[in-house]
This record gives sequence, structure tokens and C-alpha cells, in this order.
Amino acid sequence: MSRWIPFWPDTAAVNAVAVNNLYLAELGLSALIMATVVAMMLMFCIHYRKGSAVSRADRVQKTWHFEIGWTTATLVAFLVLFVWGASIYIWLYQTPRPDEEVYVVGKQWMWKIQHPGGQREIDALHVPVDKTIRVVMASEDVIHSFFIPAFRIKRDVVPGTLQTIWFKADKTGVFKLECTQFCGLQHATMKGEVDVLSGPDYARWLTAQGVHESLAQQGEVVFRAHGCSGCHDANSTVHAPSLAGVYGTYVHLQNGSVRLADEAYIRDCILNPRSFTVAGYPPVMPDFSGQLGEDDLMKLVAYIKSLGKQESGR
Amino acid sequence: MSTTTLERMPAAEPGAEAGPSYLTSEHTVTSWLFTRDHKRIALLFFASITFFFFIGGFAATLIRLNLATPEGLLQPAVYNRMFTMHGVIMVWFFLIPSIPTTFGNFFVPLMIGARDLAFPRLNLGSWYVFNLSGLVVLYSLVMGGADTGWTFYTPLSTSYANGYVFAAAMAVFINGFSSIMTSLNFIVTIHCMRAPGMTWMRLPLFVWGIYAVSVVMLTATPVLAMDTFLLAVERLMGIGLFDPNHGGDPLLWQHMFWFYSHPAVYIMILPAMGVVSEIIPCYARRPIFGYAGMTMALMAIAILSFFVWAHHMFVAGISVYAGVVFSLMTFFVAVPSAIKVFNWTVSLHKGRISFDAPMLYALSFVLLFTLGGVTGLMLATLGIDVDVHGTYFVVAHFHYIMVGATVSAFFGALHYWWPKLTGRLYPEIWARFAAILTYVGFNLTFFPQFILGYLGMPRRSYTYPAEWEPWNLLSSAGASILAVAYLLPLFYLGWSLFWGRKASANPWRATGLEWATSSPPPKHNFERTPTVTLAPYCYDPQRDTYVTQEGVPHAG
Repeated sequence: MSRWIPFWPDTAAVNAVAVNNLYLAELGLSALIMATVVAMMLMFCIHYRKGSAVSRADRVQKTWHFEIGWTTATLVAFLVLFVWGASIYIWLYQTPRPDEEVYVVGKQWMWKIQHPGGQREIDALHVPVDKTIRVVMASEDVIHSFFIPAFRIKRDVVPGTLQTIWFKADKTGVFKLECTQFCGLQHATMKGEVDVLSGPDYARWLTAQGVHESLAQQGEVVFRAHGCSGCHDANSTVHAPSLAGVYGTYVHLQNGSVRLADEAYIRDCILNPRSFTVAGYPPVMPDFSGQLGEDDLMKLVAYIKSLGKQESGR
Repeated sequence: MSTTTLERMPAAEPGAEAGPSYLTSEHTVTSWLFTRDHKRIALLFFASITFFFFIGGFAATLIRLNLATPEGLLQPAVYNRMFTMHGVIMVWFFLIPSIPTTFGNFFVPLMIGARDLAFPRLNLGSWYVFNLSGLVVLYSLVMGGADTGWTFYTPLSTSYANGYVFAAAMAVFINGFSSIMTSLNFIVTIHCMRAPGMTWMRLPLFVWGIYAVSVVMLTATPVLAMDTFLLAVERLMGIGLFDPNHGGDPLLWQHMFWFYSHPAVYIMILPAMGVVSEIIPCYARRPIFGYAGMTMALMAIAILSFFVWAHHMFVAGISVYAGVVFSLMTFFVAVPSAIKVFNWTVSLHKGRISFDAPMLYALSFVLLFTLGGVTGLMLATLGIDVDVHGTYFVVAHFHYIMVGATVSAFFGALHYWWPKLTGRLYPEIWARFAAILTYVGFNLTFFPQFILGYLGMPRRSYTYPAEWEPWNLLSSAGASILAVAYLLPLFYLGWSLFWGRKASANPWRATGLEWATSSPPPKHNFERTPTVTLAPYCYDPQRDTYVTQEGVPHAG
């Protein structure tokens, strides 16, 4: 740790650079507003203090043109900030095509992380530098908030939903990983480290974990253990929608709506199938809510996504 | 008002009254506990909220003590309960009722020339309901406290927390009825009981502030009542409303909670804005700049405050487009706030300014509110909120508004109206010292928290990495100064109750109707109903004269 009193956080991702610039601009504007108010106040307070003999005649009587003036000025300045901030927000919360994905489960009081290769870690996240990483997040219990200060990214992990966020680190190093939503007794200790490694270091780290089953393969085990394969396998005689290639496509549902088959949709279908019956299929799938932990759900999602990849690979 | 050697001052200002006042007309305990006099009820509320201010302050002391070192002193469970109870008590048992139930209760009838509020019994009932909710929250605190944060986020609050969450939520539920009763009373009073000639555009801005806040309270509080009721239903009966494991939606709680609690921030600040708009013209000896603009800004803030609630939820998983809309609305609500800051500042131009304690508090208010405001703009900016949401940046921001600004205005009001409340003058030197100490202590406490926030320190954590210790230590040191500054008035104001100089009817040479009656006022406020002929704040800085709202001119 640096021996200086810290004043500014690390800036270690493309996301952080964009937010930082905006922050600096607003800091400048805020300083300008504060300086104007303080300067005017000081000037008036000194010049027009009780003991001062200056003339107070000819006070401004009509005030409305001043007020319209500064109303318009602040409104214009605010709209500029609004547009700038909103564009960054939309950019932060819409994931570009990712190079890598990681799956994160928040639970009281740890971050559990699973890599597609099957590597698992707790309160630590190893990622390669200069790659777009998409983070798929779920919570086992209460609301947590996934926050990496050096990347300036944050998103609440609301139980019952899947949330995603992305980042592209541009510096190697170790950075803080935090939870910023109060989540119970040991909320303060729910934190970890993000290790940004160079490409070769990252590859070495992955192999050093000694994992032989990818996350999708682990998902396949869950898929068979819970009997999903009985209906959804290609060889099954039950009339159930095939899962091969379903990820990323649009699915027509019995109730007439159309849903994009993303991770959240797959998760919802497993937990609450009757609400997502696919058009042309009988509503016979049992619901698995309460039977699968978020870890296993992540594995299943990874497996079903991998089916899509195999399909397109053929 | 000279402040030289107190000993040689006469014991009473010229014109100080000796007749029976609302304080001395009756002496029995029941004459206080069953009073229907708005002035006595104001003092009853004052006693209650002062008590809760120090309970909440005690929790804050423990919090800052704990955070002075990275490892902390308290058990995590104790720390979590302390910040929860600090939030619950300070928000609902001090800040929201603070100015309306005390100064609003006392001065709205006096300022509009009425003999009481429209419903005196409802007013007294409100105090009893408030104390009932106070007992419930004390029960929750004594039994061990709630451990969810004052926001009671689900499903933590309904399925996971094991503190006295139900009691705390019920305290908030009951407390809401007190808010509703008081605000209803103000609205009817201001509509129906203004003295002859007191038109809407002649109302003092404090009355406008109380009117605006009453509209917000009356409209928003029922939603909080529903929300806390549903929380109790889920927690006690396990009916799935918010917990996804029972088919509920955690965000439903947040939407309903902030639908009340964002307007609640304005409930805390609007009356403070009213107070400052009274003090600044009086001590600058000139009319407020842009009276009509100030009234419109107050009402605009009151109305727009209902359309910004989801800015607390930008990172909570709401749709990106909802985030964009709520960000835009938040920038809109900032515009009238900015107008008010400019108007207060320009109200000093060509004034004849003296720096008595109320003015020092009012100027502190403007500065602290402005800093809270510009950091609010940063939080309204979506890209920045994603980063600083849930960190100490937010903590610093809302303390600047809700504590820095509002409590400064509260103390400003207390000093400004002290002669009218008690018939005594406060010791000016001590009061100025406390005002300056408040400003210094406050900034030392909370400015470092902006830096900590951008560094990424999460809220509600009993421990933190050692590298953040310097800023936390500075903040805790500032808090000890702030504590002294908040305790000081207790002593010198208490002293002045017995030994302060007796005040004349209008010691500050102010224009409002509340100064047209004796200090302290008689039981029925006015000997005859005043007739209003002028707008408020008819001060002339050039000749140093003023004309009261009744049209009575006074030379320097």
C-alpha cells in the first residue's frame, strides 16, 4: 500500500476512464458553482456589512429577468450533464460482445465465482487484461451489490433475477471487489480481490487450478441428475422443446409473447416453467424452484448455452 | 443589539411585557398535557424531538467512535443496529417533524394572524400519536434494535434480519399518522384562517414552506404506511410480497419506499428553506430577492419531488430507460433549488448586513445546501451514480442536505424565534460561537466522506481497509466538534431561560405578524385580529427603516 493518504482511486478499466472524465468535469462545474456562490456571498457580506457607509439606493426592483436568466443557464448546463451521464449509463449497462464470461453468485457473505472452464474461486476474481469480460450474477439470499471501485462499475444482485455487467480492464494489478448493499451481519467483510493478469499469466492461472471439467460439463451432470435429460435430450420420446441452439434465439411462448432466450430466460424457465410454456408444447414441465441452488442454476445455464455453441459449430 | 458586557445590560429590553403570556397563564401539569394551544403543543413537540435528537446523536457518536479505527470497537451486530436506529430515529423522529411540528406549529398561526390552528384537538392528538410511535421505536431499540438499515430493504428485512424489525417498522407506521394529522391541520389553517388582507402572495415564505411540505406529507405518507404494513404482513405471516422465495418482488418494496422517502427528503428541507427565507431579509435589512420566484420554486420542488423516486434505484436492476427518465426528472427538480440558492445570495446585495447567530446559521445553510446540491447533481448523473451509489459519497451528500442544511436552519430558527418562544434573549457571543463551530465541525465530519466515497468505501460497514483510516479519523474528529456545537445551545439557551434579558415584542425589528404581539405571546396570540396591508420583508436598507405587514412604519 502507498504510504500517502489516498485521494483518488485506481483507474484500471476502459469503463473507469469514461466515468472518471465525467466525474472530473462535474467536479469542475461544482467547484465553479460553489466558487460563484461563495464569492458573491463574501463580496456582498463585506461590502454591505452593517457598519459600511456605501449607498444602498437603487436596488434592483424587477427580478424576473435575472431569474429567467439563471433558470435557463442552469437548465442548459443540467441537460448537458444529463445527456453525458445517460449515454455512459447505457454504455455501462449494455454488454458488448464479450471475450470471456464469468458467473458470480452472491451469498451471505461471500462472492462465489465460477469460470466457464470450471475453475472456482471465492472472494477472488482472476481476469485477463484488455479483454471484455461479461459478469453474470445471481444472489442466493438477499440483495448484494457487485462493485469494483477501480473499474467504476456496480450493479445490485437482486435475488430471483439474473443481472449482468461488463468491464474491460486496461491495467494489470490487484483491485478491490466489494459489496455495497447492506446484506446483514457481516456485510462489511463481504469483499474480495480482482486480479487482472496478462494473457499468458491468466492462461497459466487457469491451468494451475487443475480443473478437468468445464462449467458446461458440470452443468451436464446436474442436467442428468435432475432428470432434465429425460425430456430435453435429442433421443427423448417426450414432446419437449429441444435446447440445442436455443440460447440467443427468440422463443414464441404459448401466451403469445416472444422472449429472447438469454441467461435470465433460461433461469426463469427452469424455476417457473408454467409461465414460460413454449408455443406448441404441453405445459408438463415440473418447476424446480427450491430444488436448485444458484450455483447449480449457473451450471445448467452454462450447459444449455454450450448446447447452442455445439449446434452452431456443426 | 449590542453584545458587550452582559452584566451591565438592563434585565429587560425597553417595551418588554409583564402581562400573562401563554407560558404563565396556567401552571398545572394537565394544563400542559391537555392543552389545545398550538404554542404549548409546539413546545411539547420540541421536548419530544429534542429527546430523540440526542438518542439519534448518541447512536451517531458510537458509529463515529467505531469508525475512528479500521478494526472498530463495536461488535458487528451492535454497529449494524446503531446505524439502523440512528437512521430511523433521526429521519422519522427528528428531521421530518423537526421544523413543522415546532416552529410550524408555533408560528404559522402567529404569522398569518390566527388565534390557533384549525383543529387544536387534532394537533394535540398528533403529539400523542408521535409519542406512541416514539415508545414503540424505543422498545425496538431497548430490546436490541433493528439491523436492516433505515431503508428496510427486502428480503433482508422480511426473511433474514433477526432484530426487532417489526417493532421499528410499526413505529414508522404509527409515526406517519402524526405526520398526516399535522400536515392536514396546516393545510386547512393556511387556507381558511389567514387574517384580513393576508393574501397568498403576502404570506411569509416560511408559511409557504410549511404549506408545500404539508402537501407533500399528506400525499406521500400513506404510501409509506402501506409499504410498512405489507412488510409486517410478509414478516409475520410469510405472505410473499417482497421475498422472491415466496413469489414476491424485492424491487416492489424499493419503489414504494422511495415513493415516500424521496419526497421525505424534501419534507426535511422545504421548511428549512422557509426559515432561511425569513432570517436572511431580516438581517440583511432588505426584501428577499424574487419573492414570487421563491414561492413558485417551493411548490415546483414539492410537486416534482414525486417524480424522482427511482433515482435511488439506478443500480438496483430497473430498466435502463427508466433510469434515464428518472435522471432527467432529477435534473429538473434541481433547477428550482438552484434558483433559490441564487435568490438567497442576491438577497444580500445592497443590504445592511449584520452577523447575528441566526444569520450565521442561515448563511451556513446556504453554503451547505449548495454543496449538498451540487453533489446531488453528480448523483443524478447516471454514469457517476453507478460508481458512487452505496458508498460514503451518498452518505456525505445526504448529510449535507438533511443535517448540514436542515439542522443549521433548525438552530437558526431556534435562535431567531427564541425571544418569541420564551420572552428571553439568548447570549449572542455564545450563539455565534456555536454557529461557527457547527459549520466547521460539520464540514470536517462530512467532507472527508466524499473522498472516501469516491475511493469506494461502502456504506454500513463496521470495518474498512487501513489505508482509509486518515479520512475516517478526520471525520470522527470533526464529529466530536460537531457534538460540542450541538450540545452548546442546550446550556446557554437553558441559562437564558432564567437569566437572559427579557425581550421586547420585536427585538430584531422584523416585519412579520409574529412580532406584532408581545414576547412571549398571550394565550390567544393577538389582542385584536391584525389587518395586513403589505407584503412581507418591507425593509429599507438605504434609510435603515422597515414597515411591518400591518403597514406600521418604523424608523431606524
